[in-house]
Amino acid sequence: MNVIVVDLVLFGFLVLTAVAIMKLTNLFAVTMLAGLFSLLAAALFVTLDAVDVAFTEAAVGAGISTVLMLSALALTAREERPMSRSVILPLVCCLVTGAALMYGTLDMPAFGSPDSPVHTHVGGAYIERTQADTGVPNMVTAVLASYRGYDTLGETTVIFVAAISVLLLIGFPRKGSRRRKKDEDA
Amino acid sequence: MHHHLILRVIAKLLLPFILLYALYVQWHGDYGPGGGFQAGVIFAVGFILYALVYGVEALARVVPSKALVAGMAFGVLLYAGTGVVTLFTGLDFLDYSRLAHDPVHGQEWGILFVELGVGIAVACAMTAIFVAFVTREPDIDDEDW
Repeated sequence: MNVIVVDLVLFGFLVLTAVAIMKLTNLFAVTMLAGLFSLLAAALFVTLDAVDVAFTEAAVGAGISTVLMLSALALTAREERPMSRSVILPLVCCLVTGAALMYGTLDMPAFGSPDSPVHTHVGGAYIERTQADTGVPNMVTAVLASYRGYDTLGETTVIFVAAISVLLLIGFPRKGSRRRKKDEDA
Repeated sequence: MHHHLILRVIAKLLLPFILLYALYVQWHGDYGPGGGFQAGVIFAVGFILYALVYGVEALARVVPSKALVAGMAFGVLLYAGTGVVTLFTGLDFLDYSRLAHDPVHGQEWGILFVELGVGIAVACAMTAIFVAFVTREPDIDDEDW
């Protein structure tokens, strides 16, 4: 019962935040609300007992990406341009896609069902073997770093490539160039 | 930014705890939630907070941008290098079982090293992206937001 109340409150705030993000045109406020959205999502992951995912969502979604969005915002305009085109076609697209996705969930196994494919294939094997194989109490870490080490290497490379791309596109300024620009302004 | 006295004091007070917490998440990832990725992000947050409050030049004096680029490459190399070392123990790439005297210990060592690689790579990459963005333009006034 309590879990349902918590879920409803969190989902309610999630929807409110999403509507507010749509309605606002001040991009600073939108960025802050997007961070709030991530924080609420992280709280929802906690109610699902997915603490590792919640941790990542809180640190990356609510923390780092908000700061990165703000620093990107500093290079561009503060206000969203008013929309001139009609909203009917995008609205219909969203509603149809949303309805299709909801229809799709009807075929999915019930929440927490032991018969769902997640629990009938490798999941059980990981639970049985992790302790004997690796001696690591946190199974998520064992799966990430050992059983699925290739994937995590790929993810780390993705982050590396992302940072390299940003540096190639906008780059570090040459030494002292920023200070000189400031002096010119003054 | 010299007028933000409270922010400057509180930030300096929080910094050691943020960095310590990042280290806790890094080395305690085997036992609790977290691991290299989260630890790297929290570590980067510590540096970013410092740059936000004291200015990006102050951060550049602590960590030069060259060190950030070298750090993120080193993190990926540490991860991949662990895999290469396991090749020399006669096992598959990233199979840590022979890194120590018994397979369970080997796995623990392997996980420790690759998580450290992830942590270093993520911390340096995030800080580098932030520094690249904020050094594009001179500081903007508080009122401009």
